[in-house]
Amino acid sequence: MTLDFASNADYLWALLPEIVLSAWAMVVLLAGVRRPHETPASPEVMAWLSLAGIAIAAGVNGWLYGVTSTDPTAMITVDGFRLFANWIFLLGAALTILIAPPYVARQRLQAGEFYTLILLGTVGMMFMGGTQNLILLFLALETMSVAAYVLTAYNRRDRRSAEGGLKYFLLGSFSSGFLLYGIALVWGATGSVHLPEIGATVEAGAGFTGLLLAGMALLLIGFAFKVAAVPFHMWTPDVYEGAPSPSTAFMAAAVKAASFIAFVRVFMEAFPALYESWYPIMWWLAALTMVVANVVALSQTNVKRMLAYSSVAHGGYLLVALAAANQMAMAGLLFYLLVYTIMNVGAFGVLMVVSNYGEDRLQVEDYAGFGWTRPLLAVLFTIFLLSLAGFPGTGGFMAKIYLLQGAVDSHLWTLAVLLVLTTVVSYYYYLRVAWFMWMRPAPEGQTPGSYWAPLPLSLALIAGAGIILYLGIFPSGLLDGAMAGAEGLGLVRDTLLGLNP
Amino acid sequence: MSASTLPTVVASVAQGTGSGFDPVLPGLILLLPLLGFALNGALALVSGSRSATALREGREEAGHDSGGRPLTHTLPTWIGPGVMLAAFLLTLVNFVGMLGVELVEPVIRSYWTWMATGALSIEAAIQLDQLSLIMMMVITGVGFLIHVFSVGYMKEDPGYPRYFAYLNLFVFFMLILVMGANFPMMFVGWEGVGLCSYLLIGFWFRDREKADAGKKAFIVNRVGDFGLLVAMFILFAVFGTLDYQGIFEAAPDTLVYGGATVTAVTLFLLLGAAGKSAQVPLYVWLPDAMAGPTPVSALIHAATMVTAGVYLVARSSVLFAMAPVGAAAVATVGAVTALFAATIALKQYDIKKVLAYSTVSQLGFMFMGVGVGAYAAGVFHLMTHAFFKALLFLGAGAVIHSMHHALHATHKDWDAQDMRNMGGLRRFMPATWITMWVATLAIAGIWPFAGFFSKDEIIWYVGTSAPASVLYTVLWGMAIATALLTAFYMTRMMVMTFHGPNRTGADEAKHLHEAPPNMTIPLGILAVLSVFGGWINVPGSVRESFFGGFGFLPMSDWLDRWLEPLTATAYQIRVDQLGAYASTSPVGGGHVLWGAIATGLALAVVIIGARAVASREIRPAVESPEPTGFGKVLHDKWYVDELYDRIIVRPIQALSRACWRWIDQVIIDGTVNAVGSVARGFGWFGSLVQTGQMNTYAFILTLGALVILGVLIL
Repeated sequence: MTLDFASNADYLWALLPEIVLSAWAMVVLLAGVRRPHETPASPEVMAWLSLAGIAIAAGVNGWLYGVTSTDPTAMITVDGFRLFANWIFLLGAALTILIAPPYVARQRLQAGEFYTLILLGTVGMMFMGGTQNLILLFLALETMSVAAYVLTAYNRRDRRSAEGGLKYFLLGSFSSGFLLYGIALVWGATGSVHLPEIGATVEAGAGFTGLLLAGMALLLIGFAFKVAAVPFHMWTPDVYEGAPSPSTAFMAAAVKAASFIAFVRVFMEAFPALYESWYPIMWWLAALTMVVANVVALSQTNVKRMLAYSSVAHGGYLLVALAAANQMAMAGLLFYLLVYTIMNVGAFGVLMVVSNYGEDRLQVEDYAGFGWTRPLLAVLFTIFLLSLAGFPGTGGFMAKIYLLQGAVDSHLWTLAVLLVLTTVVSYYYYLRVAWFMWMRPAPEGQTPGSYWAPLPLSLALIAGAGIILYLGIFPSGLLDGAMAGAEGLGLVRDTLLGLNP
Repeated sequence: MSASTLPTVVASVAQGTGSGFDPVLPGLILLLPLLGFALNGALALVSGSRSATALREGREEAGHDSGGRPLTHTLPTWIGPGVMLAAFLLTLVNFVGMLGVELVEPVIRSYWTWMATGALSIEAAIQLDQLSLIMMMVITGVGFLIHVFSVGYMKEDPGYPRYFAYLNLFVFFMLILVMGANFPMMFVGWEGVGLCSYLLIGFWFRDREKADAGKKAFIVNRVGDFGLLVAMFILFAVFGTLDYQGIFEAAPDTLVYGGATVTAVTLFLLLGAAGKSAQVPLYVWLPDAMAGPTPVSALIHAATMVTAGVYLVARSSVLFAMAPVGAAAVATVGAVTALFAATIALKQYDIKKVLAYSTVSQLGFMFMGVGVGAYAAGVFHLMTHAFFKALLFLGAGAVIHSMHHALHATHKDWDAQDMRNMGGLRRFMPATWITMWVATLAIAGIWPFAGFFSKDEIIWYVGTSAPASVLYTVLWGMAIATALLTAFYMTRMMVMTFHGPNRTGADEAKHLHEAPPNMTIPLGILAVLSVFGGWINVPGSVRESFFGGFGFLPMSDWLDRWLEPLTATAYQIRVDQLGAYASTSPVGGGHVLWGAIATGLALAVVIIGARAVASREIRPAVESPEPTGFGKVLHDKWYVDELYDRIIVRPIQALSRACWRWIDQVIIDGTVNAVGSVARGFGWFGSLVQTGQMNTYAFILTLGALVILGVLIL
């Protein structure tokens, strides 16, 4: 099918996955409505219903591979980057939905709205990956962010949840201000909000340079906040720790992925000609993020907070790809985001089991003997932890290899070495949890029955671990897909060399 | 680059089949231990959760029950050693197959493309050549014997199936390490054996100290891994491939002899090898690793894993031949380690600690060998050492097993591993006593035991590699000194353990007993190998001039010739650049003379040492005075652990804590307090968010934003 966007109906086709998912979110919302005296909607039923919507959207996303767009100025693109990004978002959402039901049930959260927010947040993400228009991008980002704010504050009975939500909202709005201001300045400098057009104007040397640089800087700051790059990461630990665990899983995985996708799209399509200006900043953000996040994570004893810092650290590795800015790095970034989404949601899934779907048993000591009490869950958790640490044989290892390859292609030796060194540091805090699980005796009175892991959650974890291991051994298929997705996004390698700060 | 290496791979596969050697199911050799791991692992999970339940419900631990053993115990007994036997037989078939053909190029079996990114293409491929087959024979052969021994040794442990699962997994990774056809494959094995070692050291994890030993091994090995990774990066940057074939064939033309690149690569490889093979300064983890079950020490920390560094250097012989500085560093590190560890072993009382430092010392010998370009000699010593050191460890295991039973029977809380509590055990454990003496004579370098030939060869090559060089003359002296120290501390260990009066106690002595046959038979087989294992590589000169031709031994220099396809290039480079090895030692005298001197001196040390130790009065550990003077320094291992703790461990802990405290407490709290008081002054902002922390976050965010804006605009 070919779309030329001559009629508005073409937009409907190009946006079919987003439309399906939005409509489905309404269905879920309505299905969850109950009168006050009625029994609340079953979280599991709601979960399966939401999952059906994701499955349909995924099917439509697959169908879009057969669609070509002939109008490069349309607000929506149909390119490999968008479609690959959609897989990441849909996968992240699906896994979150699968692991959430017991938590929703035990904390007596409103199931219908919870899943609706996840679905709508996902729609926002899909728009972020699919648009080349800065205004639409901003709207999409706000759609996603508002959903994330609410999901953070979703547990009204928990003070920490409310506090986290408020913090996230205030700081998020603050940074959205930067983003919007940046869009305005870029528009002022180039007269366009369309990324390829901006790119062409900048390339031609037209536009007002000072204004353009200021606008670009503000955009960079806004995105740096969204991806939690040091020193814009301060909100992350508090928000991730305070939010209900399924929300944290969703934010640490899918929301972060969406922010990176938009970050990449804007800087690779609008500002490739200014690479020399923004690249040193990216370099420092990456270096700072990797070092600070990993060092601070070392001293965390709360596993949820450790995973929050770990998520910041992974953001640092991904920033290396942005600094490298070649096709290999972009493919590595896509690959990494997909793997990261799986292993992160998986880790949070087991964390929820151990913390008994509450916010109490989160200390690393609480994992003592878990391996011999619930061996299967502990094996899965170990796989996720090893993958997060980048152990050979896991998808996380291959993902790091591809990022490294991208960095090396752009001759970013220092960043490559930093990536390896900080990865080695991270072994310590990931494996410490594994060590507690397998090498420490369980406390008195702990029985397999003290951990409850319902079927959808176990299913999601087993599937996730399976994919992680598969990708560790046979990564080439996915890499080919990621390479196709990154087609045209990398800068020409020659322009990159000899630019180390 | 990768485009040009790919056809090579394909071509060599074709050549491999064409040259007459057709490997028999090489993949299955790998898969068998993996299968064992999967089966035993599943049984371990079943029995683990069952025994956890049993514990909680106050029942006796599963596996400790007096009646029939549960299936989770009987099955691993057959699966664990079974897969090893099958793997060994399969390796043997391949070995015999390779014996009959002149294999010049290694046979490479590629299964799938593991990673392909841009210029980098890495195949999941295994390589069968003379070196990997020798290593596989040692791993599966000695490994099988140790599995059998473990059946008896671990019989009563509740973690029995888990133990065999780890052990099988270890063998799988060790085989990957030696069979991989490129550096990344080797690295997978390298990391995998590290993981298994970590799991097995901490096997009795209920014991805090033992779990800490596992952690220590893990952390020290990360330092080594870093070196290996950097070396791989440089190799890839230079060669564009990480296949052994691609690198080693291109190296002589691509690299400059003695250039900075190859020197850097070899030094980083040395760092990696030193970590895994417990060389100075990274040896500290190995003695602590003795916390694991004794058969584990035999398999992992004596026979196989710790020799991976030697394998790495031998495998990269071409690179080391091109980097005289790197090679000299290997030899020097080896010599220093050998001598240093031998002095510590002189004053240890824990039988396993003696063997641990002895292993470190012997690994130093192997490093000396491969460092001076005698790769075959290094591998030779690796092999004989696997025989006699595995035997010593297993023998020590039998002793500890027996001691443990005796002390347990009367509930005496003495240390079952302290040699001061033993004495006179030969009456109770004759088979263990005899086999361990065989191994002791072998490691002491007494003719005609296995260790004599391999150690003598290394000492000889160290002495003759550069006769004019002061460095190598010093190393040669250190090697000889180490050999004599080895003879002494091993004799001391044997006498303290097996001779003299028994010091365990009258009641306890009644419970001392010989190990069961499934433990003594592996000892016997290893003893035979410790005697005859060295005869495969008797130097031609010794053979002809000394014994009228050893007529019944057709195979002088067999191992040298066997490994020649792999070491020929390195040897040629060395001869071209540095000249051939000398025919006399630094102070004169030929190979035969020095062999005779060495064995004579060693024998003298053994006899005099035995007398000296036996004449001294030894009291049980609890009654013994603390060592004093220099003996205390040796007993406390030259205080290296304390030194590392002071200069490395504590500063890092302090840094991490400081970072946390500094960032969290000073920056956040400090700024919070400062901003907070300002905010209270303004009132409105402070009341908006009660925590006050938001101000800080926004403040820092703005600060960062200003920096970025400043950089970009100004």
